[in-house]
Amino acid sequence: MEFFFETLGLTESAKLLSLSPPGWGGNLLRGLANSLQIAFGAFGFGLLIGLFGAYGKLYGGVVLRDLLAVYTTVIRAVPELVLILILYYVGTDLINKISEAMGYGRVEISGVVAGIWVLGVVQGAYATEVLRGAIQAVPPGQIEAARAYGMPPFMLMRRVTIPAMMSFATPGLANLWLIATKDTALLAIVGFSELTLETRQAAASTRAYFTFFLAAGALYLIVTLCSGAVFARIEKWARRGQPSLKGAGR
Amino acid sequence: MISIRALMQPHRIVMMAVLLAVVIWCAVALRWDWIPEYAPLALEGLWRTIWILVVTCVLGFLLAIPLGLAQAIGPWYLSAPAGVFCTVIRGTPLLLQIWLLYYGLGSLFPQIPWIRGSELWPYLRQAWPYAVLALTLSYAGYEGEVMRGAFSSVNKGQLEAANAFGMPRFTMFRRIWLPQAIRNVLPTLGGETILQLKATPLVATITVVELYAVSSRVRSDTFIVYEPLILLAVFYMIIAGIIALMFRRFENRVPG
Repeated sequence: MEFFFETLGLTESAKLLSLSPPGWGGNLLRGLANSLQIAFGAFGFGLLIGLFGAYGKLYGGVVLRDLLAVYTTVIRAVPELVLILILYYVGTDLINKISEAMGYGRVEISGVVAGIWVLGVVQGAYATEVLRGAIQAVPPGQIEAARAYGMPPFMLMRRVTIPAMMSFATPGLANLWLIATKDTALLAIVGFSELTLETRQAAASTRAYFTFFLAAGALYLIVTLCSGAVFARIEKWARRGQPSLKGAGR
Repeated sequence: MISIRALMQPHRIVMMAVLLAVVIWCAVALRWDWIPEYAPLALEGLWRTIWILVVTCVLGFLLAIPLGLAQAIGPWYLSAPAGVFCTVIRGTPLLLQIWLLYYGLGSLFPQIPWIRGSELWPYLRQAWPYAVLALTLSYAGYEGEVMRGAFSSVNKGQLEAANAFGMPRFTMFRRIWLPQAIRNVLPTLGGETILQLKATPLVATITVVELYAVSSRVRSDTFIVYEPLILLAVFYMIIAGIIALMFRRFENRVPG
């Protein structure tokens, strides 16, 4: 192994990236774990908002529909960075006001929770649109049939709508997940120590900018490629039973 | 467009009244006295945002055409690097790319004597060339993928017809292939351009003073948090709306 690094002239980089304390590899991996944690949380929170949002947009009253339209339009037109700052300040202010009103004094909000809240609200807007489109693509006869059998709405959602829309929603959701992993980098700007900020700190203190930024890029790329493979499997699973379109459309 | 009648439903009138009330409350209750002092800087920032957006979109798109073409019909030694480039750009955060170029190249260049001595050195010491380069490459990466699909979806019969007429390959590309590919993806390009607008504030992190950086400066100078951010969000919404309108006009002008 050492011979391998030496021939490539990478001994210095390998030393810098090693996992034990003189190297910074441990910090990068900790940052990656933080990033993934937030990405998971935000994606899940966004899906929850998106599911309710999509149902509201499709079946809600006129006022709810207009409010949701405002939500999705505004979120999608304003840069994530600006939204993150606004939501970050609003969230921390609100929680502090509430806790002060209840007599607890100021509370320290953990970066993970703040990150999940901020990115989740952003993801929710996109997820609403993805899921709305997917639900609309389900043949209406299936949903009507379930209703005709007197299926309660929640069971209908669980047994019919969600399984039937999965195959339409997976590509969009895969995109959203990739956006979520990459948007965690923006939390570096509000000072949360995820992968990008850890990288920058490591790079700034060792002056080895290329080594660390390329290493972090490789980590992000690994995450992207792995999730691509996972989502391909999910899509295959969601499409089970559907006729293959291979060779069609020629 | 939204018709007047659609806006005249009772619940929408109530919502607009609420919105108006919120706007008036914002205008009266929040602090706006910092605006006159920072207006010139904000205008400069707005101009820089638009300038960066236009330059990076045009350059990025010019780069995306060969990238898309290489992936669609190129031999493997062209399509493989183009595919890798697009995957890497799309698979890593833009913020990381910007910092890699700015801090990485920025720390590498001063060590190379002939670059320090060259005519370009005064520019390379500033931040904006790195910002433009990073945003251009990012737009090219995303658009290269879009153009790949666009080029391969153009009707084969038309290209064969052009071939049969003995049209030279470049003329065929310029007159038939490219225009149709672009027409097919105009809506996507509009969306991507808005995404690019939303990416521009990231260059504020490498000391380029654009719209977002101005609002950060107001915040750090005066400790006013919400007002500059709200105004900033409104500005971005207006610009995004203008981009959407421009692309809609484009789409209406090209025959479907």
